[in-house]
Amino acid sequence: MTEPKPVKKPVKKRLSRKEKERRTLLLSLLAGSGVVGVSLVGYIPVKNDEKKRLRPPGALDGDLFLASCIKCGQCEQVCPVNAIHLSDIMDGFGLGTPFIDARKQACDFSCDATQCILACPTGSLSHEIDKKEQVQMGLARLTRPDACLARKGKGFTGLARGADFTGTHRYVEIDRWNPIALNAHPYDLELCDLCVRECPIKNAISLQPMNDDPNDKRRTPTVNEDVCVGCGMCEMICPVEPPCIEIEIGAKRKTV
Amino acid sequence: MKRALKHYLHSLKIMLGAKPDKPAKSDYSEAAIALHKFKQTPAERKIRREKIREELAEKHVSYKWRKWRWTSIILINLMFVVSYHFDVQLVEGALTASRFFGFHMADLNSSLQITLAQKTIVTNLVIGVVTVAVGWWLVGGRNYCSWACPYHLAAEWVEMLHLKLVEKGWAQDIPLHRGTRTVLYVVFAALAFITGFTVFEFINPVGILSRAFTYGLSLALVWVGILLLIELFFVRRFWCRYICPIGITYAFIGSTSPTVIHYDLNNCLHEGECRSVCLVPHVLDMTIKGRATDVTMDIGADCTRCGMCLEACPTGALSFKVKGLGGLL
Repeated sequence: MTEPKPVKKPVKKRLSRKEKERRTLLLSLLAGSGVVGVSLVGYIPVKNDEKKRLRPPGALDGDLFLASCIKCGQCEQVCPVNAIHLSDIMDGFGLGTPFIDARKQACDFSCDATQCILACPTGSLSHEIDKKEQVQMGLARLTRPDACLARKGKGFTGLARGADFTGTHRYVEIDRWNPIALNAHPYDLELCDLCVRECPIKNAISLQPMNDDPNDKRRTPTVNEDVCVGCGMCEMICPVEPPCIEIEIGAKRKTV
Repeated sequence: MKRALKHYLHSLKIMLGAKPDKPAKSDYSEAAIALHKFKQTPAERKIRREKIREELAEKHVSYKWRKWRWTSIILINLMFVVSYHFDVQLVEGALTASRFFGFHMADLNSSLQITLAQKTIVTNLVIGVVTVAVGWWLVGGRNYCSWACPYHLAAEWVEMLHLKLVEKGWAQDIPLHRGTRTVLYVVFAALAFITGFTVFEFINPVGILSRAFTYGLSLALVWVGILLLIELFFVRRFWCRYICPIGITYAFIGSTSPTVIHYDLNNCLHEGECRSVCLVPHVLDMTIKGRATDVTMDIGADCTRCGMCLEACPTGALSFKVKGLGGLL
């Protein structure tokens, strides 16, 4: 039997007061720069412009929008079709700012006046706008002309986006005040003109003949770039998957 | 008057991170000197020791204020949620900016950030900021932290757990320098101004939490979780004590507030129970034996008016006071 060797306790060096203070300062510096470092990570998505977002009506341009938005979500609260959502942390400095995913739920100006603008406490959604015609969110573009039903001379029967689609739209002829679900409103069209039919802005989009032949049923949706506000209603209603018409975010009208 | 001004400036200095020093001899009032001297007499010391022994034997526990405070935090944040989900329009928005029955309210720090970032003064914000500033000034300033901020409540629960872990040796409380918060306040203000982005809002757990309550879960909550983990294992009340610029903003507002915690040297046994529970123990420096420069004193700017010191104090040396209303609460 051997006596167990007395375990040598590691001597913990006692720090003097000065050393302690220095350690505290160093750790504070570390913690402080750590927090600032994390906060600056928010710049990466903004710089790369990874997610170009469709902003609500009246949104100021680009970085100024991120600067001026107080990230309170009051615009989201007033939207009658729930088109507005708030960005998450993947949007960097855009965290908490509102955006619209037009394909899922477009702004169709169901509110008549621009409620989100009225709700905005900071003018990030510019208070200078009081009519939907003044809004400039982007411009609709026929991005997949070959798939467009009207350009093929085809009609459309059934639900525009299928039975599972959750989006809503205000059909003035059915209910002047309340938006109804898209999947409760089937169509039966000889020639598909959904993007023109449901566009909330007068004369923003029309079907034009593709040639001089009066017997040719085919038509091409043509965006009037002096009028289109880029709300995305056409993008939402387009029954083709993926949509033939999409919003070019941030594109400006030729004339205002 | 001169003493009041000195006390005020001292409270600002301490709020910004200075260590509370032993006051100079000339700072003491005659009554305070006399009382300190009286407390040092052998007879008095014996009485005090006796009192402390008695008091420790019966273990004084009270959560008189805490239940009101927790209710206040939960109610304020619940109002936002209820307003949106049941469309009753009490308070729409989030803690960063809202409408209270249609009237603008704006968080002081968020407003500062966006004003610096966009370099424009917005009228609605001025209205919102003035309303909020006057409101919180009346009730105490930094009690925004302890009576409204949802992160404070989460941090308070984590702190309880943290203290248990420390007891078991599974966690530690690494002290940091309180000046960190002041430096960060300046850094974030400068960053907003220089970059034109509201950099702080990207990591602001108050905004993240407040929005999550109303608009649903977000990935950003992971950041709040990380902060709470730091507080659980390494630094007690890391965010509120050492980082949050919102706290400084409201502390400035509260520095001249009529609602304060009031200290009475007569009743104090100098055990330090109050300092051990306090989020900002530096404001309770006068409760250390010999430090009170007057017989009664108001607690300084950085105090969150949470009332935990009142609950911890067995002798009623601390109380809520509303200046100008005379009677103590």
